[in-house]
Amino acid sequence: MQLTLWTYEGPPHIGAMRIATAMTGLHYVLHAPQGDTYADLLFTMIERRDARPPVTYTTFRAQDLGRDTAELFKTSVAAAYARFQPQAMIVGASCTAELIQDDPGGLAKALNLPIPVIPLELPAYQKKENWGASETFYRLVRALAGAPGARAAREPGRRPLCNILGPTALGFRHRDDLIEIRRLLDSLGIDVNVVAPLGAAPADLGRLKDADFNVVLYPETARSAAEYLKKSFGQPFTQVVPIGVGGTRRFVEEVAALAGLDPAPVLDGPGSRLPWYSRSVDSTYLTGKRVFVFGDATHAIGLARIAARELGFKVVGLGTYSREFAREVRAEAAELGLEALITDDYLDVEAAIRAAAPELVLGTQMERHVAKRLGIPCAVISAPIHVQDFPARYAPQMGFEGANVLFDTLVHPLMMGLEEHLLGMFREDPEFHDGVGPSHLGGTPVAAPPPQAAPAPEAAPAPIHLDHPVSVAVAPWAPEAEKELKKIPFFVRGKARTNTERFARERQLPLITLETLYDAKAHYGR
Amino acid sequence: MNAPVPPPTACGGIDLHQEHGQRAVFCGLTGIVWLHRKIQDAFFLVVGSRTCAHLIQSAAGVMIFAEPRFATAIINERDLAGIADANEELDRVVTRLIERRPDIKLLFLVGSCPSEVIKLDLSRAAQRLSGRLNPVRVLNYSGSGIETTFTQGEDACLAALVPDLPRESDTAAPSLLVVGALADVVEDQFLRIFAAMGIADVRFLPARRAGAMPAVGRGTRYLLAQPFLADTARALEERGARRLPAPFPLGAEGTTGWLRAAAEAFGISDDTFEAATAPGRARAETALAPLRGELGGKRVFFFPDSQLEVPLARFLARELGAELVEVGTPYLHRGHLAAEIEWLPAGTRVTEGQSLDDQMDRCRAARPDLTVCGLGLANPLEAEGLSTKWSIELLFTPVQGYEQAGDLAELFARPLRRRALLEV
Repeated sequence: MQLTLWTYEGPPHIGAMRIATAMTGLHYVLHAPQGDTYADLLFTMIERRDARPPVTYTTFRAQDLGRDTAELFKTSVAAAYARFQPQAMIVGASCTAELIQDDPGGLAKALNLPIPVIPLELPAYQKKENWGASETFYRLVRALAGAPGARAAREPGRRPLCNILGPTALGFRHRDDLIEIRRLLDSLGIDVNVVAPLGAAPADLGRLKDADFNVVLYPETARSAAEYLKKSFGQPFTQVVPIGVGGTRRFVEEVAALAGLDPAPVLDGPGSRLPWYSRSVDSTYLTGKRVFVFGDATHAIGLARIAARELGFKVVGLGTYSREFAREVRAEAAELGLEALITDDYLDVEAAIRAAAPELVLGTQMERHVAKRLGIPCAVISAPIHVQDFPARYAPQMGFEGANVLFDTLVHPLMMGLEEHLLGMFREDPEFHDGVGPSHLGGTPVAAPPPQAAPAPEAAPAPIHLDHPVSVAVAPWAPEAEKELKKIPFFVRGKARTNTERFARERQLPLITLETLYDAKAHYGR
Repeated sequence: MNAPVPPPTACGGIDLHQEHGQRAVFCGLTGIVWLHRKIQDAFFLVVGSRTCAHLIQSAAGVMIFAEPRFATAIINERDLAGIADANEELDRVVTRLIERRPDIKLLFLVGSCPSEVIKLDLSRAAQRLSGRLNPVRVLNYSGSGIETTFTQGEDACLAALVPDLPRESDTAAPSLLVVGALADVVEDQFLRIFAAMGIADVRFLPARRAGAMPAVGRGTRYLLAQPFLADTARALEERGARRLPAPFPLGAEGTTGWLRAAAEAFGISDDTFEAATAPGRARAETALAPLRGELGGKRVFFFPDSQLEVPLARFLARELGAELVEVGTPYLHRGHLAAEIEWLPAGTRVTEGQSLDDQMDRCRAARPDLTVCGLGLANPLEAEGLSTKWSIELLFTPVQGYEQAGDLAELFARPLRRRALLEV
């Protein structure tokens, strides 16, 4: 048993729902107890969908267990077929139905419906949402893509043709990423054959094999299906995820190579504003800002690269809750000189954020709240997300426009360079003392509890960033050192305090003096 | 599903139907979201699957970030291998939890569909852990979807508390017990009215703290504040308490009827009752009057959700002049709702149970002015041009009593007003 408060991912049947809801003409019959219909509201509320997800639940109850839940499942499938007349169906069990061991696949088969009915095996006690989405999409493609075989050669003169794989319902910015990538492919001279699962019908999956290659936008959902298509129809698929300017450029090169086209027109085109914005002098203050990145593997890797290479931040933590992609994240972290954090326990993530003392957190909904508690600026870069991250405006993460969006997203939570300079200059003004939080966070900063051991000679201002391990004694601050500390701009004061105290602790100094403060400053630099 | 609908049965003057099929409702686990706010030193540990954890997370919204006093012990494959192992695992998880939250005085082990289906004996686990964690009390109840619908989770929780309540001596003076979680502010309002009537000994179940749960005995007279407390009422009867039949305190009329039941049982004179309730009734009337124009004549359709549907429909029909197209309820307790059923307009269609797609067909055909439904249905119906009021808010918002009558009507009026305001 695992004690859980917050989960980054739902159970695997939620992943299957994300595929079913993304598609048209497909219906999902889920053998599930009453109550599991809560999942509908993720789609109708968070993503604000205007129709119910195409899911029929058997909603069995205790009194049904004594009777025949298998019969209930069969009548549910028959009724759903009669009512919705889908092109294909998927059937499966949620966690409880997995325990009662009815066989959805076999039961549905017995009905002999005139459409493909694809059974899903989603082990609810082992796997999670993203795996469920990936497996469902893979099963659908396997069942509906047709018999494996060689592709017909492309007709001379026809533009190269690709599929776009991966966008789902409830995906973080999938809607707009798709628009952006379609535009990019079009300007390269590549046509899109099928986009799946988002917007595809089961019949469309039968046309997947007509494409020359596959573009995999989200490996979490589409890599298994792409591997199957490669094996069955010899379609190569893209490995580069087009997040960031560098990612997009490498993606353009990769796609152009797969299509046998020249990437130069797109690479030499207007591109993104990010490179110039990042070079403009206002961005100088971004240099070396400490940033902590956590999310699904695709976004965590993509954002760590942007942070380090395109914005000049220092990545001080990188992690993911996607165990399936732990290897990729570990490799990326190693390149940054870090050890990746692979966990689905938000308390571990919170501890890692505290330990890394970042100036910016990039993460999910949960990291947003952790950062709020710690008073650290934050931006959301990955699912799970709440309703505000399904915005009405155009807000892709991928491609050149995505890079523009990300520049703004990552920089806005921080103080702009000029603002930071002015705040430092006027720090003695009544508006800018450390009791006033940065306005974008609203209200007062959340003060961490003051050090428990060895009280300072005079009341210490509450540190902004970090609290201290209770077990370790902190050397007291001499009054003149404490006074000097207050002259340091408040937004770096917390770190100065932490560094100085660590410096003093490591050298077992009995008192933190003015000299200790500046020795520590020289030692750690900035 | 889509089973033939049995013929209507007579029940009061209403047109009662029973329906079987797909149900779009929460399970009883959802009750934790408000119960943990009410009992301030209790912790709710769901023993279930990742689905259970995901459900509570989705239902609790931003509350999940406020160090709430609930969590899920997620059963994994190793636990499924052998039940003995699962018990050891549960003990380990609970011990760790109590170490981390030493402020917890009462721990509920909440059963789920998976724990019920594998027959993990949580009542024995609760006994075992109660002995071991003394003085922390450990109780259990089921909030599983196979056994409970939404608010029935509160019923199961309160029913689990009843055997544990202190015993009131048989010779003690009669006391009044109000049963059902109410917002603190509503409790305090009721306390003031009861005091004005001269009923001094009023207790609430659940109490705000584990150590302050009310005593029960043969002198206890109880008023249900909520319509979904069948098992709790039964457990209280077994302890010798007697129910005061009453409507539910929704709207001015419901509140008056509810208070009057107590006044009659405690021999309060009409004059005293009038004096105690007149100011509240007058204020409720002031608050409701302007809303009659907005809701009068509006056709309302209720999907089943919380069992509050019948009293809410009664309030809308009688105090605001709305018309009732259909009143869906997950379960209709004929006894506890006798006064409410009596008050519903004759011929009102009441549907017990649900066949979701059929009910949606009826709703679309009727095109009501306002549809009261869950969040999985609200946006899809709005997109079809129907105004909706999402029903869960009626559980989280203080709606009982005189002072809230206007707020309650306002919850129904706002979607209609908004639709009229929007030009695009």
